[in-house]
Amino acid sequence: MVSLTNDERAMLDGRDGPAVAKAMDLLVRYAEALGAEDFVYTDNVAGVPGSSPQWVKDYYAEDGGDYRAVFSRFDLDSDEAVDVPRMNAFSCHLQGGMDPEMWRDQGMSEEAFANFRSDEAEVAGHGIQVMKTCTPYLAGNVPVMGEHCAWMESSAVVFCNSVIGGRTNCEGRESTSAAMLAKRIPNWGFHTDEFRIGQHAIEVEVPVDSIFEWGMLGYYTGGAVEDAIPVLDGKIGEASLIKHKHFGAAAASSGGVEMYHMVGITPEARSREVAFGGPDKGTRFTYGLRERAAIYERLNSIGESDTVDYVMLGCPHYSADQIATAARMLEGRTVHANSELWIFTSRAVKATAVASGYAEILRKAGAKLMTDTCSAISQAVPKGTRVAAFDSAKQTHYLPAMMGIEGWFGTTQECIDAACTGKWQGRLN
Amino acid sequence: MVTAALKSPDVILRGRKVVGGTCEGEALVTRQTISGWGGVNPMRGEVIESHHELRGQSFAGKILVFPGAKGSSGWSGIFHMTRLTGKAPLGLLFTITTTKAALGAVVLRVPTMTDFDIDPLDLIETGDWVRIDADAGEVHVWKCGVAG
Repeated sequence: MVSLTNDERAMLDGRDGPAVAKAMDLLVRYAEALGAEDFVYTDNVAGVPGSSPQWVKDYYAEDGGDYRAVFSRFDLDSDEAVDVPRMNAFSCHLQGGMDPEMWRDQGMSEEAFANFRSDEAEVAGHGIQVMKTCTPYLAGNVPVMGEHCAWMESSAVVFCNSVIGGRTNCEGRESTSAAMLAKRIPNWGFHTDEFRIGQHAIEVEVPVDSIFEWGMLGYYTGGAVEDAIPVLDGKIGEASLIKHKHFGAAAASSGGVEMYHMVGITPEARSREVAFGGPDKGTRFTYGLRERAAIYERLNSIGESDTVDYVMLGCPHYSADQIATAARMLEGRTVHANSELWIFTSRAVKATAVASGYAEILRKAGAKLMTDTCSAISQAVPKGTRVAAFDSAKQTHYLPAMMGIEGWFGTTQECIDAACTGKWQGRLN
Repeated sequence: MVTAALKSPDVILRGRKVVGGTCEGEALVTRQTISGWGGVNPMRGEVIESHHELRGQSFAGKILVFPGAKGSSGWSGIFHMTRLTGKAPLGLLFTITTTKAALGAVVLRVPTMTDFDIDPLDLIETGDWVRIDADAGEVHVWKCGVAG
């Protein structure tokens, strides 16, 4: 049984109103399902609170079919609709379903857009920051080392645990919405020291320095360790935020990695011994030339035609420097008549890209800079797309399977070249 | 619901309650972990992940026996939706506890167990008749279909 503090008991008993009581009730059921003994306090929650397609609202028609009904019945898993106050925790909304301006290009209907606008107004009205991104750490929400968080979005979770040293499990929609009200999350998994130590070793024997190489290593890592915690050691160089972002997203999608250690690079891996909490454990994997070539082949196994009609960049959402790089590569060129180039980012980063002139370079070249979502989340690709190209292992993992299209994986330069020529010419050097 | 009291079960497993309650029905078993978002169609309660051994099969009205959850943090949300569409599983038995699977079971509100004395994936096959009594911490299994 989970033990409750006096404060938590009072919340459960309704001291802070019915919505907080329902939130606490859900969190208690969740803690017991996990076998957690108590809760941690959190004041950093990232989720998708209350946002829903119209059919979910219609399902709760008897309760009003509105944001209040969905937040109560679905997010808090309550048997009755209750009034939902402003959130108590520092809360942010992760990625959403469409671009707020270019939704028509994404094939969205007027009705879907009206629903999107209505949900967003409710989110803002409930004191939730409208970040609308899978990279909250690029849009103003950067936890600190050791901070207990309750985050959704597998790529953000792995970044928070591994790169920042923040502490979060891979939470779901209902647990994050409840935590926004109750400021509690079960004290289980990555909130505890013993859960965070390495379980398998990966020896990196080929140089991994560019973002492309970091992505491939990430995709290999997830396949090797599945959802365990790897300790990577060896020829990993030139670490940066965007490389970690790319690596973690790839490892989370191919295997479900929620935390990794890189010896001498990530904050809880000062040494190999610290990362493992003692001597090496688990299996020792090797990432060499053979493994690198196999991963490249695997990521490119769903591409046949070299005629590319869609290039998607921005998974996870591009940072300002990635947009700058893409703009430099595109300057003076134009996207091919038979192809489209969509680049996804957050609204915060787009504002910087606009101010810095990159957005204008992209626009002149015929590329579209979109926010809030991505092709996989919104299931939106340009009309008639048959073959797409990506610089993201994660998007390559998801989108072709979801949309029934072919896909290529390569460097950002190869993707930009494909967008401008309509042809895929990527290869492993 | 068919009563399973006619014949004593072939196997009894003991484990930990994740979500309380009792249910009985036919098992759908996989040794592969399951993705929610991007891996399950909530309108049909069907596994859609490429290369998954259950691809094209629906878990609606079945007792889903699987190692655990993988993939996107949207796992609970997708399984929650199957409750709305009437395509939810009857109960869940899994062996690896993750936040995704635990939260998914909670919001599905179906009897769910884990942490077994014997690995259910070694004992239960698709088509076996299974009764979960999560509060008592027991799973009764009748091999090859309906008891009695």
